[in-house]
Amino acid sequence: MRRKRNTGSLRSPRSLSEAVSDLNSKTIAELRDGFRAGHFSAREIAENFNAAVAGARTLNAYTLETPDDALAAADTADQARASGDLLPLSGIPIGIKDLFATRGVETTAGSKILAGFRPPYESTVTAKLRQAGAGMLGKLNMDEFAMGSSNETSAHGPVISPWRRKGSNVGLTPGGSSGGSAAAVAAQIAPGATGTDTGGSIRQPAAFAGIAGIKPTYGRCSRWGVVAFASSLDQAGPMAKTVRDCAILLEAMAGFDPKDSTSLDAPVPLWEANLSSDLRGKRVGIPREYRIEGVPDDVNRLWERGIEWLKDAGAVPVEISLPHTRYALPAYYIIAPAEASSNLARYDGVRYGLRERGPGGLDGMYSATREAGFGAEVKRRIMIGTYVLSAGFYDAYFTKAQKVRALIKQDFRKAFELCDVILTPTTPSAAFGIGETTDPLAMYLNDVFAVPASLAGLPAMSVPGACDKEGLPLGLHLIANELDEQMVLNAGLAIEERAGFTARPEKWW
Amino acid sequence: MVAVAELAAPFRIKGETGDWEVVVGLEVHAQIVSNAKLFSGAATAFGAEPNTQVSLIDAAMPGMLPVPNSACIRQAVRTGIALDAKINRWSRFDRKNYFYADLPQGYQISQLYHPLVGEGEIEILADEKDLSTAKRIGIERIHVEQDAGKLMHDQHPTLSYVDLNRCGVALMEIVSRPDMRSPAEAGAYLRKLRSILRYVGSCDGNMEEGSMRADVNVSVRKPGAGFGTRTETKNVNSVRFVMAVVEHEAKRQVELLESGGEVAQETRLFDPDKGVTRSLRSKEDAHDYRYFPDPDLLPLELDDGFLEECRSSLPELPDAKQKRYQQLGITPYNASVLTAEVETALWFDALLNAGAEPKQASNWVVAELFGALNRRGESIDHSPVTPAAASELLGLVANGTISGTIAKQVFEIMLESGEGAAHIVESRGLKQTSDTGAIDAEIDKILAANADKVEQYKGGKQQLFGFFVGQTMKAMAGKANPQVVNERLREKLGA
Amino acid sequence: MSVTSEQVRHIAKLARIGMSEAEIEALVPELNNILGWVEQLSEVNTEGVEPLTAVIDQKLRLRDDIVTEGEIRNEVLANAPEAQHGFFAVPKVIE
Repeated sequence: MRRKRNTGSLRSPRSLSEAVSDLNSKTIAELRDGFRAGHFSAREIAENFNAAVAGARTLNAYTLETPDDALAAADTADQARASGDLLPLSGIPIGIKDLFATRGVETTAGSKILAGFRPPYESTVTAKLRQAGAGMLGKLNMDEFAMGSSNETSAHGPVISPWRRKGSNVGLTPGGSSGGSAAAVAAQIAPGATGTDTGGSIRQPAAFAGIAGIKPTYGRCSRWGVVAFASSLDQAGPMAKTVRDCAILLEAMAGFDPKDSTSLDAPVPLWEANLSSDLRGKRVGIPREYRIEGVPDDVNRLWERGIEWLKDAGAVPVEISLPHTRYALPAYYIIAPAEASSNLARYDGVRYGLRERGPGGLDGMYSATREAGFGAEVKRRIMIGTYVLSAGFYDAYFTKAQKVRALIKQDFRKAFELCDVILTPTTPSAAFGIGETTDPLAMYLNDVFAVPASLAGLPAMSVPGACDKEGLPLGLHLIANELDEQMVLNAGLAIEERAGFTARPEKWW
Repeated sequence: MVAVAELAAPFRIKGETGDWEVVVGLEVHAQIVSNAKLFSGAATAFGAEPNTQVSLIDAAMPGMLPVPNSACIRQAVRTGIALDAKINRWSRFDRKNYFYADLPQGYQISQLYHPLVGEGEIEILADEKDLSTAKRIGIERIHVEQDAGKLMHDQHPTLSYVDLNRCGVALMEIVSRPDMRSPAEAGAYLRKLRSILRYVGSCDGNMEEGSMRADVNVSVRKPGAGFGTRTETKNVNSVRFVMAVVEHEAKRQVELLESGGEVAQETRLFDPDKGVTRSLRSKEDAHDYRYFPDPDLLPLELDDGFLEECRSSLPELPDAKQKRYQQLGITPYNASVLTAEVETALWFDALLNAGAEPKQASNWVVAELFGALNRRGESIDHSPVTPAAASELLGLVANGTISGTIAKQVFEIMLESGEGAAHIVESRGLKQTSDTGAIDAEIDKILAANADKVEQYKGGKQQLFGFFVGQTMKAMAGKANPQVVNERLREKLGA
Repeated sequence: MSVTSEQVRHIAKLARIGMSEAEIEALVPELNNILGWVEQLSEVNTEGVEPLTAVIDQKLRLRDDIVTEGEIRNEVLANAPEAQHGFFAVPKVIE
């Protein structure tokens, strides 16, 4: 499981690059169907992606490569094909965001404070993926403790997006916090990946990377074994090239878990089988509050095209109002840090992870450990969270934010009486350069469109719409009512079919 | 008209500037009896090897989540019902955030804003022998929370050791209103509370083992004034110590105030060896626990079926049992002694069920059985004499087969040999006689031998009657029926 | 509401994050920037609104009282920076 891996056991470069350009570009659905039809073996798929992973280290998308794991799962899949015991994801290797505990495999959540931590347990979501036959290509880089929108806060160094502006070689961010996941899928060094979304951390990087990503209804995916950031907001979800691929992965990831008290006790729908881009009879809500000043024309123009595409699919656009939209980000930046400040208290050097000695006995150890182990953004958010919960400020900040959250959820409830799905841009801009955004507040504003759906616990997804003037992807964002992932997937499919987004980053790495 | 007993004088600390009243509130942490912990499936049994009863949740590994144990909730609800308290169908868990090595999560899951149980009350008797000391002590609330682990400081010169076995065990925190006014009341409250918990079966009340501990809040004031500043003395683990803390703290505060000082609102620890309380190292920020609703849990909602099951599962509680015993003719004092501990009460119930006459049985248990058990250092659970055997013995006295005096002898033999009462009486020929002929013959001998005393008796010394009874009983080796002896003596002495 | 460096120092202590004076000073404007921004929530009329604490509409499930976990001391201690004789070891605490 070391980073720089010897690939001497693989085939010759020429046939490898053929295999690479062939299998890498396939969707999960294509890989699955092709494997089942016998066009190629699971081992070929795994070897292909392992090689791709090893050849793309410049991107820093993976913090840990696990080629043996992918190969072992592939061999099991090949045997299963022979014996007829195929599982839904037999033959499919995927990348796992380093926020998911993987038994015996280092899990760091992008942080120095968990360096060397090998969990003696597997997260429910990744266990389910394994039970569905999937293999693991490696652990994917991410913003530290999922706090960030650019993958620049990782203790493993930033992820460099495979995308570049036309005629520029400035390193861009892939978005965050699931930056590694987005970059890997976009660079085709994973056919799909798991991400988590607390305030846009699946959807925003998906938009920046020109791929699809869905955050399901809160509670759909178990949080057991997912390193907690903000408990009432965290949700696991898939990131892949297409809507269908997301549906396939989400079906395997979702489901009731009795070990998680916030897990939804509801059956997992057959999202893939029920995919339909026929939106006749559906109303698509266009919220006026998402038209914000200062957003580039490209973004709003794509939004208009998105409305046309959905109309073409049979939907009727309806103007709606979500009056408390502008308060969503500030409310989020009270609630999420507050929960995080408490969730991250366990990182104290006592039972696992980093321990630093400092003067002052036990308290000195705590302070020294957390000083050395946490990055600046994490510290900032813990400080904010501690402050807004502290005596004298709790009512004014935290309780107030919870009330605003209730109003935002109410906004959506009322809106869904008038429409079935809501369409907005995913992000207020395309990907920006690494190191370009130094003001934390400016960074937070990246999630202005994504955060309301997080606060309301609603299913939401981003699908690639078009590239902007500089050739960078822009995404369209769909939100539906609780438990109605099918609606966002279907609307996403309708857009995907009409957008004809085929752009891929040119390989420079 | 019956004379009303004078109310006992209220407890006062005598200071230089006058009398001071002490105000006491108790917060009791009681470990809930259950197989598994409150939010994890690890075992709760006492005394296991370190860190063997620890789940990933208890160790606060990344990504772990709490799931509540229904039995723990049930025991807290049953306790609330037993304390006549309001059960809150809707309650919520909050996180209490602070850093300590025995608290892996960096927070304790507790209930601040919306506890499971609301206001209730307990009736206490500060002095068992004085009914006028009866008082109602209010319960403010009961909530459910996690216990912490254990830190050990004396195993290593520079390190402390952490054992998380106890971490996550369910606790009930029972908060009283500040209604107590003396060490005796505090002691009586704690004893009564413990008794009720043991009746209910929700906590074993074992203070030495730490399954029940008290935080003692004490303040002083001049009678009639408002509440003074209180101190909190934490983790006191016996009734005796609680009473000592009240006394010591009250005196300390009076001295402090009378010398011009101020009582600091602080946390203190009791040192049982020195008999004093001392201030814990001042932790200014220890009080900012930043409570907020635990986002890993949903609100707790209890339905009618659950509450009904809790209610109907309760046994007869001490106060009700005491009233019932009194209705059967048992004295208030005896009734209170018999119901003080659930084991005793259950034993006594069995004795009544075996047919014993309540008044006689109660006197015998309190005087004879307790005496014997104390002497032998045994608890009633391990009584060598069963309720059925005791009932047989008492029956022999009731139907006149043996006298009370002989019964004592028989009881001793029962304790040693384990034989039944009837068998002992039969095989050792201990039946008492009511044969007036034999009794008359003995009486005549006694009176003849003590003619002088007979004269004195007839001359007015009434108390000599007892002498004659005693002599007659002695001559008949205690086997004479005392009532018959009395009757015949009266007749012969012409009294 | 703005924070002073005194308050920042206090919060850092509550959060057990060691910080140099320079770091504390640098955090003051950063935190004030963010806090000033979130304060716009005070514009919102939230009278009569219950705070939203649970996003899903579901009852809290209670589990059965059976022992299902534990006896995994080795796993529990496996990642410990310092473990001795079956205990986690920390710098000595004086109580």
